[in-house]
Amino acid sequence: MSAALTLQGVHTHIGRYHILQGVDLDAPAGLVTMLLGRNGAGKTTTLRTIMGLWRASKGRIALGATPLQSLPASDVARLGVGYAPETMAVFSDLSVKENLALGARNGPLDDKRLDWIFGFFPALRTFWLSRAGSLSGGQKQMLAIARAIVEPRELLLIDEPTKGLAPAIVGSLIACLKEIKATGVTILMVEQNFRVAREVGDEVRVMDNGRIVHEGGMAELAADDSLQGRLLGLSLDAHQ
Amino acid sequence: MSALDAGQSLPRARREILPALTPLLVALAAAPFIGSASTFVTLTAAGLAMGMMIFTMASGLTLVFGMMDVLNFGHSAFIALGAYAATLVFLPLASWGSADSFALNLAVFLLAAIAAALLSAAFGFVFERLIVKPVYGQHLKQILATIGGAIIAEQLLYAVFGPAQIPLSLPRTFEGSFVFGEAAIEKYRVLATLVGLTVFAGEMLVLNRTKIGLLIRAGVENREMVEALGYRVDRLFVAVFMAGSALAGLGGAMMALYRGQAHATIGGEFLVLCFIVIIIGGLGSVGGSFVASILVALIANYAGFLAPKLALMSNILAMVAVLLWRPRGLYPVSGR
Amino acid sequence: MTILSGDPPRGRALTILLILIVAALALAPFLFHGAKPLNVAAKTCVMILLVASYDLLLGYAGIVSFAHVMFFGVGAYGVGLMLYALGPSWGALLLGLVAAAALSLALALAIGLFSLRVQSIFFAMVTLAVAYAFNVLASQLSDLTGGEDGRSFKSPDVLRPSFRLIHDKVFGVAITGKILTYYLVFAVVVIAFLALLRVVNSPFGRVLQAIRENPFRAEALGYRTMFHRTLATCLSALGATLAGALFALWLRYVGPDTALSFSIQVDVLVMVVVGGMGSLYGAIIGAALFVFAESYLRDVMGALSEAAAAAGLPLLPALFHPDRWLLWLGLAFVLAVYFAPSGIVGALRATEKAER
Repeated sequence: MSAALTLQGVHTHIGRYHILQGVDLDAPAGLVTMLLGRNGAGKTTTLRTIMGLWRASKGRIALGATPLQSLPASDVARLGVGYAPETMAVFSDLSVKENLALGARNGPLDDKRLDWIFGFFPALRTFWLSRAGSLSGGQKQMLAIARAIVEPRELLLIDEPTKGLAPAIVGSLIACLKEIKATGVTILMVEQNFRVAREVGDEVRVMDNGRIVHEGGMAELAADDSLQGRLLGLSLDAHQ
Repeated sequence: MSALDAGQSLPRARREILPALTPLLVALAAAPFIGSASTFVTLTAAGLAMGMMIFTMASGLTLVFGMMDVLNFGHSAFIALGAYAATLVFLPLASWGSADSFALNLAVFLLAAIAAALLSAAFGFVFERLIVKPVYGQHLKQILATIGGAIIAEQLLYAVFGPAQIPLSLPRTFEGSFVFGEAAIEKYRVLATLVGLTVFAGEMLVLNRTKIGLLIRAGVENREMVEALGYRVDRLFVAVFMAGSALAGLGGAMMALYRGQAHATIGGEFLVLCFIVIIIGGLGSVGGSFVASILVALIANYAGFLAPKLALMSNILAMVAVLLWRPRGLYPVSGR
Repeated sequence: MTILSGDPPRGRALTILLILIVAALALAPFLFHGAKPLNVAAKTCVMILLVASYDLLLGYAGIVSFAHVMFFGVGAYGVGLMLYALGPSWGALLLGLVAAAALSLALALAIGLFSLRVQSIFFAMVTLAVAYAFNVLASQLSDLTGGEDGRSFKSPDVLRPSFRLIHDKVFGVAITGKILTYYLVFAVVVIAFLALLRVVNSPFGRVLQAIRENPFRAEALGYRTMFHRTLATCLSALGATLAGALFALWLRYVGPDTALSFSIQVDVLVMVVVGGMGSLYGAIIGAALFVFAESYLRDVMGALSEAAAAAGLPLLPALFHPDRWLLWLGLAFVLAVYFAPSGIVGALRATEKAER
């Protein structure tokens, strides 16, 4: 069973900008926690700070009992954290195979695991030796996620996986996320698309102005239209 | 749905082969003007050899820049150090060089090459830790610091080895030329070409078939993501820096042997050429540097024959021409 | 303080040092007798202008360029070749200056428009290549430029060493054309320096600094960064051209070593960093320190070297050999880059603040 992620009083400054202003967040072990909020609320910054790409100026971050806040990104990753950034960050000049090989830091690629991944991302098997740069947007997103899960992880940080993707592809992504969730890994996911969030998420945390302004179960939020309107600006069903 | 959405791979051939053919095209274009076949062969062979030596010096620089955005002006010091290192082997073992034995001749050459590479690698490590590391990420300071380092290194070389040029003589086996009819190809040039090709093959092997090569290629594209995947990019960078320095040293040693003397000025002279080569080739691309080195050397040789006044400027003109055609170089790395 | 465009040195030690340097330069012919000190003083004046114009680009606009010495060369060769070809007249001098300025402007525009679109490191490398090409070109066109040997020429009438302004000596010094040339150089440098001070303290100058700090923000705020940077490149080039013209006039000689070699570019870098980037006063201090060291430090080093050799110490005699003076300056340069990025100017101002 994976560990829980906790943030206490986390502040992050980027240059002169005070982006995270005291984030208290917990993502329970083995569940999918959705991180929602307007653009500019600080969601991506939160993920990057957890990952160690940006250093928190104050506060504590812990995965289970292990403190993360002063570790460099490579150490955070080695603790079993997988990261699929907003920009996907696939290595375009490398093949699909090579991209995945980089994700497998504890040894060679595991065939059984690969078969499992190919199950919901068949395109990756088709383009195994092709240059990642020649993949479509949706396929790159699949590759980014596949790379994050190519080995079992303790924690997955996923940033807006459905952004800019065609609705058909979003469907297969949701299926994939549900399967990953079934393995029991803790997931913290930023997602603008509330339909996706509602289908996949167990817990929800809403961010605004660098702070968490709401936390609770996804089911409750999904059922409460007025709460949705207050927190997220619009009735979210209108987002589809 | 467009071809992209359908997930088809786009045709690659046309985009990727043409830049690699430019040296061939230049050779073909120059041939009719040169006229005699023997002169053409001589010039082309000379160009290839020179290109290989330049490639040896430049490939490390392009990777260092590609990975960490470090423009290392200190690279000239490694080239110069390699040249002097060769003298450290050749002078005491002069008898091996003048002996009438292929084995001994080859041995002293290989020893010099290894010495140059190792010494430059060691110096590269020191240079990276002392001068480059403190200013990671600050472009301006990096440029200034590495220039300062280059100045200090060059002066130290003069202090240690003396300000005069140190003569070097080619081992017996590599003196003279192979003669084919009217065409003469210097034996040393053949050796230089072989060394350069070996270096290129070695680099391609490491880059494409090893995990560390994979990390380097990924790091050149997006080093932050490589970190986020769990790899210590700064350690990787030191290794790349040392390898680049070693190659620069090797190139310097070979060039010094070719010229018959070792002197610190060789560093500065070839630094500019290295910059031109990595710009033409595409920053961060070893394959690009390979093509660019050959291109630049061939153009310089042909121009030296056809239009001597233009020869020294030919590199710049080539650079401008390539940049007008391909603003990011012949083989730009994605994401840069 | 309008003559200083509202940008006084700020800092007592700094102001005193600057006043000393400027006074020494102003009174050089009378304070120091002999050809060498006057040479040092003239070279210092020229370098002040060369370094200050470079600081406009590097310190204020944040642009790293290695083509600065090329503009210096254009100015030197422009004036020198004109005086050589057309004979020593004021007309030739003026024509040379104008032609050089025009060429420099054209080159600066070309460089600016072509290269400022790209990453700063790319730009730096391209300027290096261009400057190198220019150097080669000057050697190649030896019919025109005199090749490696350069060209010697005579200066216009009153500036000739043989000319005598007043028969009597003033304070023990004969007021020859050489002295007049010196004061011409000095005066032009003072005026140009004050003009540069005006530029960096104008709205244009402030926008430049904003662009240096954060180009994207500046662009977003509506400033046309390309325009500002190109203009800065042109102004900097003109300053260097003027410095080159003055230097050629002083030496009555122009050649690749004195006007185009890359070592001059390196020297300028050392001066601007050690003196203090981002403050034109740094140019004064950096130039004075460098030229002085270049001329007099070597003697000190020579003595040290001999002493070390006499004491039988290894390596030290070589390290202190007068020809290795650049080693120590290079060391000072690297130390300045790491520990004193604002150079001597910054260090002096900082110690004052700390003391208060």
